[in-house]
Amino acid sequence: MQKNNILVDIKNLKMYFPVTKGIILQRKVAEVKAVDDVSFYIRKGETLGLVGESGCGKTTIGLCILQLHRPTAGEVIFEGKDLGQLKGESLRQVRRRMQLILQDPYGSLNPRMTMGNIVGEPLRVHHLVEGKEYRTQVAVLLEAVGLNPALADRYPHEFSGGQRQRIGIARALAINPAFIVCDEPVSALDVSIQAQAINLLESLQQQFNLTYLFIAHDLSVVRHISDRIVVMYLGKIVEIASKADLYQNPAHPYTQALLSAVPIPDPVVEARRKRIILEGDVPSPLSPPPGCNFHPRCSEAIGICKEQIPPLRPLGSDHWVACHRV
Amino acid sequence: MEEALKPVEGRKRSRLGLFWSKLRQNKLAIAGLVIISFFFIVGIVAPLIAPHDPNETNLPLMLDKPSMYYPLGGDELGRCILSRIIYGARVSLLIGIIVIGTGGGVGVPLGLISAYYGGKVDFSMQRLVDIMFAFPGILLALMLIAILGVGIQNVMIAIGISTIPIYARLVRGSALSVKEEQYVQAARAIGASDFRIIFRHILPNCLSPIIVQSTLNMALAILWAAGLGFLGLGISPPTAEWGAMLNGGRLYMRVAPHVMAFPGLAIFVTVLSFNLLGDGLRDALDPRFYRR
Amino acid sequence: MGVCLEVRGLKTHFFTDAGVVKAVDGISYSVEEGETVGLVGESGCGKSVSALSVMRLIPQPPGRIVGGEIIFDGKNLLGASDKEMHHVRGGKIAMIFQEPMTSLNPVLTIGRQLSEALEIHLGMDKQDAQKRSIELLQLVAIPDAEKRLSDYPHQLSGGMRQRVMIAMALSCNPKLLIADEPTTAVDVTIQAQLLEIMKNMTGRFGTSLILITHNLGVIARYAQRVYIMYAGKIVETGLASDVFGALGHPYAKGLLASVPRLDAPLGTRLTAIEGEPPDMAYLPLGCSFRPRCIYAVERCSQEAPPLKLIADKHYVACWANMRE
Repeated sequence: MQKNNILVDIKNLKMYFPVTKGIILQRKVAEVKAVDDVSFYIRKGETLGLVGESGCGKTTIGLCILQLHRPTAGEVIFEGKDLGQLKGESLRQVRRRMQLILQDPYGSLNPRMTMGNIVGEPLRVHHLVEGKEYRTQVAVLLEAVGLNPALADRYPHEFSGGQRQRIGIARALAINPAFIVCDEPVSALDVSIQAQAINLLESLQQQFNLTYLFIAHDLSVVRHISDRIVVMYLGKIVEIASKADLYQNPAHPYTQALLSAVPIPDPVVEARRKRIILEGDVPSPLSPPPGCNFHPRCSEAIGICKEQIPPLRPLGSDHWVACHRV
Repeated sequence: MEEALKPVEGRKRSRLGLFWSKLRQNKLAIAGLVIISFFFIVGIVAPLIAPHDPNETNLPLMLDKPSMYYPLGGDELGRCILSRIIYGARVSLLIGIIVIGTGGGVGVPLGLISAYYGGKVDFSMQRLVDIMFAFPGILLALMLIAILGVGIQNVMIAIGISTIPIYARLVRGSALSVKEEQYVQAARAIGASDFRIIFRHILPNCLSPIIVQSTLNMALAILWAAGLGFLGLGISPPTAEWGAMLNGGRLYMRVAPHVMAFPGLAIFVTVLSFNLLGDGLRDALDPRFYRR
Repeated sequence: MGVCLEVRGLKTHFFTDAGVVKAVDGISYSVEEGETVGLVGESGCGKSVSALSVMRLIPQPPGRIVGGEIIFDGKNLLGASDKEMHHVRGGKIAMIFQEPMTSLNPVLTIGRQLSEALEIHLGMDKQDAQKRSIELLQLVAIPDAEKRLSDYPHQLSGGMRQRVMIAMALSCNPKLLIADEPTTAVDVTIQAQLLEIMKNMTGRFGTSLILITHNLGVIARYAQRVYIMYAGKIVETGLASDVFGALGHPYAKGLLASVPRLDAPLGTRLTAIEGEPPDMAYLPLGCSFRPRCIYAVERCSQEAPPLKLIADKHYVACWANMRE
């Protein structure tokens, strides 16, 4: 594993949100450990999938990397620079290298701005182009995502959900970033449109040499587009594996349950599959269980699982698991 | 390459078109709009349409009933009531605009900054607003006039200042929810400055309540100016202003009711129209109509 | 096996400013007793509207059921009086909705909402209703059922609320349960839980189930028969075991090819369907899918194809009628 191939390196990332009481003097009464000591890296040019259910912290990690939340602890090293140390202008400069695509095609675009202005705003913010060159550049971006540049003066509500998502993608590409955090980019789209968006993201990655962090809850989609996948549960990583390994040798009981819960559109295959149904609900991040936070729902839990948090250990090449039983 | 947009003619109307058709359905609001437009036009072209000089006294025609010469009659100093109402429209509407400008000009940024930065900034600004709210509007205006002295500008400023807390609270509420929208987060991810985010992203999306509130504030301003004018604390005579006209006609209420009735009617109709329009705008601007 | 519900030629239109939206335009389907039927399609295809039509819950205005018959329990529900429908809803036909937070009354306790249905439809008294409520909560695997009765909806998690909804729906032993996108708003492991509960419950009590969803996998796993809808019409139907392997309609085929599968070989490329779902207020002449169809022939732009039998119990509405 070449060290100089790593674009993003996360070390012991923690993001805790305080829960406060009181009006004038606010005291902290509890903490939501949204991200609890997470470490992984992303290689240049790869797509790292980040999957998990609600409350697992995957979206928070994406926002922490982009410094839209300032992490409580830990390091985010991007292109060799520690982002936690950067502020103000130097942080703004780094923002040119990393961008964000959001989930909601209706909420992620300012309804009062034209499509052209939305896509071109990053160019304006960073003073990259002027005058006529601006319109040309915006047109190029729109064409790259399959939108007609003649419509640059229309407003978001005049476009369909799939088209609005493309606008969001064009905006993310505007200043030529190296890294894009895709936060559930297809979940809000109609099923027949999702494939268009996925294919677009894949071809753009080839065309512009992009690195993606693909955050989603739909394991089928994540497995399709990612090279490696990180599975999270309640703020911690439970497993990291390549896409082949994840499906063929899922090691962590949660990963196995997650895989089993995803239905495959083939009745013949489905009839043969083993179903692992988890008991209970996802615990509240305000009071995670002691030890391994999955143990109350785990069919294979043993004594030590209630007491010690399992460390993330290597299982083979590029395959890591956090489980006492493995 | 797919065709990026379905044909637009006769189909998905623009935002303005949708808003307009919703407003059109509200007959009362349209009536209000028509009346207000009428008063605006009257105010603007006042010198051209007023039959007489509003300040020209003509004592023999004092308290005269409506006639060919003075279409609405004469007031207590023999001036043409119609002309005074026409010029009064100008004054009332000017008051309204300046009030909104002052109130909005200070209140809106206050609310935006309060909402965006939160924390201590928000806390202290809101306490300031609380204090301003604690005084009944007209009392505040009176206090300010006591400090600044009477006169047309001071009246306008005073009323304007009284509307600051209304705008501040309103905009703060709106901005707080807009702040959580994903496109604001996207703007931060791009690296946009706070200034840009507040004025380019948050403010344009808070406009609806500001517009609605402004039409209602216009009504309020005209009413207050009239009230202060009636109390003799507002516009200095002999300027034609509807409230002052009410005051002037007060003593002659029994013998010549028309001296109060006509300016009173003008106030009533204008204020009502602004209120109807404001209500209609609020309904038509309801963002639920814009979601697919 | 008798027929539990039969819908014939149902047409539900919405009369809006933008024009007439033919949300459901002449669909026919049936559900046997004890069977699970899947109604698949994307947003706007009319699947939810057809379910609401069965329950006669269409807001009028702007909607109106303009044609067809809904035969349930030997009667045409479209001719039933309001009083008769009150009796049917919740008692004979129950429905579960997508958003459990908005489907449960936030100011009433869970216990109150459960017993309400029992008191109204089964005429139980308070004590019996409470006992039955506890039983029902236990059936849907809610721990500490007795304590839960006095909880309010916001005190429960999303998955639990959905389970309460299932309990409420099944409380009066309905003959038919309609589940409208019951798993869209929940996590995938909770989705698995809920669907298994529904499957067990319907199996146990012999209830028929209509599963409305856009997720082909859910249908493959749970439904015996499937109806695929597009733009207000049924475009393909058959036994799930037959249909998935041999889809005839270009939309259905395209949909299956565009959905990523967990067991797909590495490096599979998704084949997307071109274009966008139609604006229901402005449907093209002829077949509604034609603008996006790669198999379209001349006839497709002239008239809409009817459902034709192409194999045992397998119908497809397509002029080009391609088969793999």
